[in-house]
Amino acid sequence: MKLMSFDRAPKRNLNQKLVQQVGFNMIRLITLITILPILGIVVYIAIKGAPAISWEFISAMPSDGMRAGGILPAIIGTIYLMLGTGMISVPLGIAAGIYLAEYANDNWWTRLIRIAIISLAGVPSVVYGLFGLGLFVLFFNFGISIISAALTLSIMTLPVIISTTEEAMRSVPYKFRVVGISLGGTQWQTIRKVILPRALPGIITGIILGLERAVGETAPILFTGATFYLPHLPSSPMDATMALPYHIYVISTQIPGMPVTIQYGTVLVLLAFVLAMNLIASVIRSRARAKRQW
Amino acid sequence: MGTVKISIRNLHLRYADGKYPLRGIDLEVIENKINVIFGPAGGGKSSLIRVLNRLIDLSDVDELSGEILLDGKNILAKEIDVIALRRRVGVVFSRPIPLPLTIAENISFGLEVAGMKDKRHIAERVEKALREAVLWDEIYDRLDDSAYSLSGGQQQRLCLARVLALEPEVILLDEPTSALDPVSTAKIEQFLEEAKSQYTFLLAPHNQQQAARTADFAAFFLQGKLIEQGPGEEIFFRPTIKETIDYIQGRFG
Repeated sequence: MKLMSFDRAPKRNLNQKLVQQVGFNMIRLITLITILPILGIVVYIAIKGAPAISWEFISAMPSDGMRAGGILPAIIGTIYLMLGTGMISVPLGIAAGIYLAEYANDNWWTRLIRIAIISLAGVPSVVYGLFGLGLFVLFFNFGISIISAALTLSIMTLPVIISTTEEAMRSVPYKFRVVGISLGGTQWQTIRKVILPRALPGIITGIILGLERAVGETAPILFTGATFYLPHLPSSPMDATMALPYHIYVISTQIPGMPVTIQYGTVLVLLAFVLAMNLIASVIRSRARAKRQW
Repeated sequence: MGTVKISIRNLHLRYADGKYPLRGIDLEVIENKINVIFGPAGGGKSSLIRVLNRLIDLSDVDELSGEILLDGKNILAKEIDVIALRRRVGVVFSRPIPLPLTIAENISFGLEVAGMKDKRHIAERVEKALREAVLWDEIYDRLDDSAYSLSGGQQQRLCLARVLALEPEVILLDEPTSALDPVSTAKIEQFLEEAKSQYTFLLAPHNQQQAARTADFAAFFLQGKLIEQGPGEEIFFRPTIKETIDYIQGRFG
């Protein structure tokens, strides 16, 4: 039995330390490996796309069958889609999130709603596209339009906004609701004046993340609002629009003799959009965390 | 003896989870006095306080029966305006729970939800309440700071001030000093003594010394029943019922 011998203990300790060191370094390495592809994509696209970026590129209409000029209509279109989606999904999503967090009882009806929301989040984006085509484009006769696309993207964005709103509301301690009511507030007054302001950073983060996903999606707008080429900017919500993700698909597969820098430049613009939104969301989140005191 | 402000008759409370904290309470709360309810933990004091301003409505309750007459009107009746009741009967909790707002907003919240809009009028009421709770001199220059920048004792006086701002008739205090140091505790007790000419206090003290120090009237709670009640001096120095005597002499609790 050499197991318990005293002078072996330090060695065993050393081994444990070594094992721990190796373990930590393995984890570090694995973490590094997971972020490498992201870094790789961003750097590669930035290098390849940077030469295309100029004021003209982001402010001019395309010319020469989109082989030259700028991508303004796609940028504007994406902004319109984002705003449209936001106008529809934000009020609905926040209302539903507040309802679920504050008012809904735990019964079969609420559980059904929750299951629906979770399922909605798991639906492949092309299915949203086909659904939007059937419901908004054809049935409601909105046609291929910004409004059809925004409605379709809203359905896709809703689950994200609903669940982050619900979570943000729940993260504000229950005791504040009791205090608000003890001071003669109604449940809604307490929510509006006390709970909602504290949940707001979380809600805004959810909105940005939801819209960010909407901005980057191609499939839902493919059949509902995106168009190959427009000689002018859309002038009403009933117009079809160009949009960055679809435009990228078009210029990478549909146009012979397309200059590679324009392709990468367009991707870079979309990537910048999405990363900027992510950055804003992170800043809001970390600021709120720093300010939180209870 | 004084005017009866609240008269409780045969009050029973049983929660949906089976807990049965109030088992037939009869109690009179005397106007402009410090009415103390004391006894071992779990005796039903906190539950009684939650019933008296209907915060109990937030809990799942199986049975709530009996009568609570506030100025002769039963506050357990269906037609009672619960919101108005909560403005008349304020509560201070055992731990300071400032709302996650500024110092001033903590007080103006109750005023604003009551429909007060005039900013100057609200500011006056905020100052008045803070002076009353002996907090104004310490914080008048940082009303817009977070309430959580205050010390524990200051926070609890802020919680008192926001109740006072509503100009309630009755103030319920559920072990209001249990999280406070002796100096802060003394400030609260001093406030109670000085302010009782304007309010009716119902206090669940966090220990028996405080009960004996503050009580004009006292009621001994044990396992959901009211064992003995009367003027403070009699209850603490000449109790007549065996359980009260045992508890006061420290045989249990």
